[in-house]
Amino acid sequence: MSTVRIPPVLRAASGGEREVAVTGATVADVLASLYVQHPDIRAQLESSEGQLHRFVNLYLNDEDVRMLGWLDTPVSDADTLTILPAMAGGSGTGVPR
Amino acid sequence: MSRTYQELLAEAREEIPEVDAPTLATELQGGDAPLVVDVREQSEWDEGFIPGAIHVPRGFLESRIAGVAKSDQRIIVNCAAGARSLFAAQTLRQMGYTDVSSLAGGFTDWKRGGHPFDVPRRLSDAQRRRYSRHILIPEVGEAGQLKLLGSRVLLIGAGGLGSPAALYLAAAGVGTIGLVDDDVVDESNLQRQIIHTTDRVGVLKGESAKTAIQALTPDTTVNVHPFRVTKDNVLDLISQYDVIVDGADNFPTRYLLNDAALMTKTPLIHASILRFEGHASVFMPYEGPCYRCLFPEPPPPELAPACGEAGVLGVLCGVMGNIQATETIKVLLGIGDTLAGRLLVYDALGMTFMELKLRRDPDCPACAPNAQLEFKDYEAWCSGIGRHTVAGVV
Repeated sequence: MSTVRIPPVLRAASGGEREVAVTGATVADVLASLYVQHPDIRAQLESSEGQLHRFVNLYLNDEDVRMLGWLDTPVSDADTLTILPAMAGGSGTGVPR
Repeated sequence: MSRTYQELLAEAREEIPEVDAPTLATELQGGDAPLVVDVREQSEWDEGFIPGAIHVPRGFLESRIAGVAKSDQRIIVNCAAGARSLFAAQTLRQMGYTDVSSLAGGFTDWKRGGHPFDVPRRLSDAQRRRYSRHILIPEVGEAGQLKLLGSRVLLIGAGGLGSPAALYLAAAGVGTIGLVDDDVVDESNLQRQIIHTTDRVGVLKGESAKTAIQALTPDTTVNVHPFRVTKDNVLDLISQYDVIVDGADNFPTRYLLNDAALMTKTPLIHASILRFEGHASVFMPYEGPCYRCLFPEPPPPELAPACGEAGVLGVLCGVMGNIQATETIKVLLGIGDTLAGRLLVYDALGMTFMELKLRRDPDCPACAPNAQLEFKDYEAWCSGIGRHTVAGVV
């Protein structure tokens, strides 16, 4: 089993779980396994055409999967796939005009 | 049988090669300049020193040299007249430093020969007491402390991240701190924004923070900028500072700061927080990746709640704000390995720190060699107008 790390903003869709155990030989398989367990996550990560949104970063261990083989990147048992959307939170100063 | 000073000196002179002042001057101008270690006392150093020399008083030589020199590096030791430096050089050789010479005639001959020398800016006695724990660290020392006192740091936001960052940067002796915030202190801020106090609820955050910093130290000048950062004021603002600490709470400001930091080549110290999770990195313009290499586009609002909507553990702000303060000091002093090229992800619930590799995007719309960088309407762009939202291999 490999692990998918769920960011705080997606935990409502993962039933509060921070890490989900998944099976799959590639990043695409791992995501499919994640979607089977937590279908709501899919709608957050993919467009209606089934493509990953540009604002979603995926890291296999510490490496951006764009630098590897994107969705075809092989995944082995001890690997962790991290879903990383940008976070805005900080000090609390207003938006620029 | 006892030996005289003259005998010891003669023995040291046998063992240690000497260079004269003109030779050292030539070596210092060459490409692979030696490290000059000045072993005189503080009062002598204060009268002037060879430019670039490191000051390690003879009494601290053994304990401090490892922090400033490598064992195979060419080292030239100097004192006032060339005797103490011979003994110091002997000690360094005993410690395993292989290429150590002594400056014949010392600083006296150097100065007499008309070679350039610097006179140090000095810490006051009060500053020497206040910053004594910094001065003891070889990587900081008196020169580093003087550098911090001459540094100017701009903090975007005097809130969750800005509070601890501002307090620690002021305590560290950063000479000028700018605080950009147009908000006033609210009761709900006090769970995490530790620079503010209950009796300052309703006060402009920059002014409240200034009060706290002035109570902490006389050495920091606080500039209060009680407005929001916009594309019209950002470049003027940034040009007054050496480093930007980004503690903004929204994407339009973060993207604006990234682009302005690139335009002005100002280091940008990044952190963001939500609930129990924090991100931190350092964006060094055109040297490492920028914010847009990492996140070319912001997520839609439903996937990017602000702390005001989703909440944040107060203590998390302290951890992340102080990581920003740490990185700021390292950038200002030019020491250590910063988070440039790495994203640090802190999970307070799991108490784990994870590091992700960041790389410059060769097609980055902001920092790629052929990028046409200009300000845009960040608010419209962040709400999804005029951009693509589907990922692919680039």
